[in-house]
Amino acid sequence: MTSATAPAQAGEFVRRKPPAPIRRRRFLVTVADHSLLIATAIIFLAPFAFMVATAFMTNAQALSPELWPRPFRFENFADIFRAAPLWRYALNSFIYGGLATLFLLVSSIPVAYALAKLRWRGREATFLVVLIAMMLPPQVTVIPVYVMWAKLHLVGSLWPLILPNLFGDAFSIFLLRQFFLTIPDEYLDAARVDGCGEFRILTTVVARLAKPAIAAVALFSFLFCFNDFFGPLLYTGESPQNWTLSVGLAQFRTLHQVQWNLAMAATLVAIAPVLILFFLAQRAFVEGVTLTGVKG
Amino acid sequence: MSPWIVGFTIFFGYPLVMTAYYSFTHYDLLSSPHWIGLANYKYLFNGDKRVWPAVSNTLWIIAIAVPLNVLFAFGIGLMLSRARRGVGFFRTVFYLPALVPPVAATLGFVYLLNPGTGPVNTILGHLGLPQPLWFDSPTWAKPSLVLLGLWGVGNMMIIFLAAIIDVPRHLYESAELDGAGSLQRMRWVTLPTISPVILFAIVIGVIEGMQYFTQAYVASTIAAGSAASATEGANSLGYPLDSTLFYPVLLYQQGFRYFNMGYASAMAVLLLAVAFAVTFLIVRNSRRWVHYQGPALR
Repeated sequence: MTSATAPAQAGEFVRRKPPAPIRRRRFLVTVADHSLLIATAIIFLAPFAFMVATAFMTNAQALSPELWPRPFRFENFADIFRAAPLWRYALNSFIYGGLATLFLLVSSIPVAYALAKLRWRGREATFLVVLIAMMLPPQVTVIPVYVMWAKLHLVGSLWPLILPNLFGDAFSIFLLRQFFLTIPDEYLDAARVDGCGEFRILTTVVARLAKPAIAAVALFSFLFCFNDFFGPLLYTGESPQNWTLSVGLAQFRTLHQVQWNLAMAATLVAIAPVLILFFLAQRAFVEGVTLTGVKG
Repeated sequence: MSPWIVGFTIFFGYPLVMTAYYSFTHYDLLSSPHWIGLANYKYLFNGDKRVWPAVSNTLWIIAIAVPLNVLFAFGIGLMLSRARRGVGFFRTVFYLPALVPPVAATLGFVYLLNPGTGPVNTILGHLGLPQPLWFDSPTWAKPSLVLLGLWGVGNMMIIFLAAIIDVPRHLYESAELDGAGSLQRMRWVTLPTISPVILFAIVIGVIEGMQYFTQAYVASTIAAGSAASATEGANSLGYPLDSTLFYPVLLYQQGFRYFNMGYASAMAVLLLAVAFAVTFLIVRNSRRWVHYQGPALR
């Protein structure tokens, strides 16, 4: 019974109190479960704790075996903004993430809708292409794409990262299609009977019903862009004014010869936006992740 | 709708064809590509001494990290499914590291594990345990990357947790009536029911393993330390002693640091062939052990 979930067990207690030895055993199992959980949680939190502690240390302390900052040096955070244009990097990250996500939604939602709810020749073949595109490592196509952007003289800017999203993104199309499939056809037919065109159905009925999935896709897309390193490194590696936070952070320690305490402070600055986003949209996150797994 | 589909197909199809074409040429982006036949492939299979380390490191990370990640994610998901209190809190704790940008996480781990002053070795020293050189040791660099990967296992954990909770209760009850102990219930009820999710986790893990780039790039350039710019940083890729030189890292270095676009294309074609074969094999073999409930999704 140990693997049962809580509410079911509570129900049992109402019916009949189990004999003492069984209760004691259950209690011990619960204690063991939770101690293991707490121990693992501490290990997961420890890297954060060390990073935060180091971010407030003086340089001499960061280079000593001490683990707790004494005194706290808050100027570290002022120093890193002087050492590197972190605001500029953050702005670039948000430009990349924001525009890419916007474009991606505009392009992927109609494609996903067409794949899920419209009948047309070549639908299955197109879906296969989407699946293959999703599985292929980006390195496979990156060279001709880079050459193309080089010929357009856009290497060095963020456009090669943003513009392709106008043509849809395989993973987002896949995810949205899986969700659109669960929308009953009756709703769409009702709208058609009322004289709605496909475009209006999409922007009203489907968009409203699929809000959680669209929110999840938008979140994932933004997060992907914000965390992306390969793309910005490739296209903006030689143009520091267009670096995103990821690229700036990767070069931060070596480029500025800075100490570990400052590097950790910068790391926290790079992590902060993502954590804030998470706590603002926690439910959408967890639902979205679950969606990828269950529907996949 | 069709303009999008056409654009998408072109944007994806054209580069595939061009990759294949470039792979038979010498191309440095400055002058136009000129045909050199199979020379790139000859050098790739028989000549470039860094291909084998790159391939074997990539195989190593897939063979070690993917099973460990799946086990770990499943284990934590299982623990969470058994917890009665604070599930939301613990779930957040285990999920947070997965959100941390890979560059930030890697930088953090290079610091945590740095041999001289890092907290991990400080603690190991207090406990009288050996203190490895981690990212500075050819033996320990890849295991350090595996630790980094385990820390970020949160996405997979959430998926496992959802799948474990979704296992129908009546299956457990009938297994218990048949006298199955908790281990047997795990073996005959939980595992078969969540097997599609295990397959999903393995496929995703292998695909990500074949693209493994960011963590290796950041760890090697930062651990190598002395390099002063993005360009020079590329020379420390694989540090120490090519132990973190993965296939995508070598491809990047050849294509975008040395501008051997033709050769990098040949590497990409090989990667494409392997990626196809591996995905195909996994999915085909999975029919033997993956158990789908109800109507198939597609």
